Amino acid sequence: MSGFTLQGILANVYETGAFWLLSLVALGAALAVVGLKNIVHSAFSLVLSFVAMAGLFMLLEADFLAMVQLLVYAGAISILLVFAIMLTRRPEGKMQESNPFGRYALPAGLVAFFLFLAIAALVLRVSWVSGPGVPAASTVGPLAEAFLTTYVVPLEVAAILLLVALVGAIMLAGGGKR
Amino acid sequence: MASVETVFLSGDQWLKNWLFSWGMPESWVFLCTVVVYAVAVLLFVFANVIFLVYLERKVAGYMQQRLGPNRVGPGGIFQCVADALKLLGKEDIIPASADRGLFRLASLLIFIPATMLFVVIPFGREMIVADLNVGLLYFIAVGSTATIAVLMGGWSANNKYSLLGSMRAVAQMISYEIPLAFSLLGVIMLAGSLRMSEIVAAQKDLWFVVLQPVAFITYFIAATAELNRGPFDLPEGEQEIIAGPFVEYSGMRYALFFLAEYANLVSVSALAVTLFFGGWQGPWLPSWLWFVIKVYFMIFLFMWVKWTFPRIRVDHLMGLAWKFLLPVSLVNVFVTGTAIKLFQAMGW
Amino acid sequence: MIGLGHYLVVAGGLFAIGLFGALAKRNAIAILMGIELMLNAVNLNFIAFNRFLAPAQVVGHVFAVCVIVVAAAEVAVGLAIVLGIYRRHLSTDVEHFDWLKW
Repeated sequence: MSGFTLQGILANVYETGAFWLLSLVALGAALAVVGLKNIVHSAFSLVLSFVAMAGLFMLLEADFLAMVQLLVYAGAISILLVFAIMLTRRPEGKMQESNPFGRYALPAGLVAFFLFLAIAALVLRVSWVSGPGVPAASTVGPLAEAFLTTYVVPLEVAAILLLVALVGAIMLAGGGKR
Repeated sequence: MASVETVFLSGDQWLKNWLFSWGMPESWVFLCTVVVYAVAVLLFVFANVIFLVYLERKVAGYMQQRLGPNRVGPGGIFQCVADALKLLGKEDIIPASADRGLFRLASLLIFIPATMLFVVIPFGREMIVADLNVGLLYFIAVGSTATIAVLMGGWSANNKYSLLGSMRAVAQMISYEIPLAFSLLGVIMLAGSLRMSEIVAAQKDLWFVVLQPVAFITYFIAATAELNRGPFDLPEGEQEIIAGPFVEYSGMRYALFFLAEYANLVSVSALAVTLFFGGWQGPWLPSWLWFVIKVYFMIFLFMWVKWTFPRIRVDHLMGLAWKFLLPVSLVNVFVTGTAIKLFQAMGW
Repeated sequence: MIGLGHYLVVAGGLFAIGLFGALAKRNAIAILMGIELMLNAVNLNFIAFNRFLAPAQVVGHVFAVCVIVVAAAEVAVGLAIVLGIYRRHLSTDVEHFDWLKW
């Protein structure tokens, strides 16, 4: 049963179909996050968007990051968001109107739309050339090596940032008072 | 003996040859075999789950000095069939105030991660659906998404008990994921790979449970909590919050949550066997049989613990994860790393 | 064949949607969701550039990991602030958050 590796899957004709499917799901779910009126529904479509994006990472042969995306975004951050939603239910508790648009929805929409048009126009004007080399079969080893040699300072900074954020979040949420 | 060993592999090869003989292009054959693998994994999961429901009640009866189910069939073996028929026949009740779409979706979503976990489990020699080079990480990542369905089910029922239960469940699962992942680090360091087949191969001479006893105990405790099984079954503590996240579910939808729990029990036991008990390796018997025997031994351990210890309190539960298991697993990682370096320096 | 341009356009779309969410929504948690979408789009860009322009290296992955760390820290602190405000004023609506204004 081991004849088919992941690289084997990605090398064949399904890549194009998978790309279109995953990007449509990611974009559609992202639109639902913004458009839905019930914030719990928004949060769950955010999860769907994250999962589809993990699939896109897989297509880009970033296996480690795809798993981290699932673990951190779909498994932790979105859960945290849903938790926060449940802890901040309004007194009147109307979930149907819990995620309204603000006063600046129209200008914001225009800004976002024209930003997208500008990005797309710029991207499509450039004829991209692929760089030299082939991607590694597994990114775990090279990534570990990069983090523990060249990028050891960013790694440590990230660790300190996480620690500070952890302590700060606990203090802000009121855990430090008692 | 050799034919028994490779019965599934030769079946796979026969299927591929048969499909090729129809003149199918390779990509179509690949698609067909993927479907066949998926069906095979699902069959394995369902067969085990149905047997486990029976086994749990028998083990519970044995532990409590009573007989357990013994009316339907010899030794009560068909009790599960009767239960399944009853659940199938029940009305599918959706509460009036529930968020109907999410309520329906949650009962289906719970099953997806539970079955996806089996993709990276090596069931026997070369019997693994996808031998990913991040296999172990895949297991942890996909396992962590199961919390979303629990939260969805608990929220959408619009019932205070189910909301409380699902929040308890999610808090518990997120807390215990950390010691679980850290306990696996020791094994990863020894094997030098996240690929399941290489982890199994690294245990050819010595099972990792001998080298990593602390990691195994940490894994066992954290996995029990991940599965929401006793003594950590607070999310569904019957005496406090009736049945936790699934109070409002009935009939087949309830059965799906129930089945997903047992599917997770199988996958967590299978991972324990792969990482600590040498996977499918063993003398005389075919590899897949060894695997099943070891998995059932692990499942028996989980059941033994469930029916032996009383449920613990919620603050003790969190304290155990953060103040005891996490430091212990960190120390284990440190000691393992030091030992590996030491052994390398001594030139072993 | 799917090239770098495809991925960049998808990432641009996700970024624009996230920006729209962050600017147009009134619920503070929805704004955080928009920011998460934008950070994800940036990650997709990093990985796509890495895959097509320097496949043999993992520099883009290193950046993406740092972005994920920052996103996790940001969402934890952001939600703690939202919870703190909610506890005092029983609202998560940013148009009610005007206590710094005179």
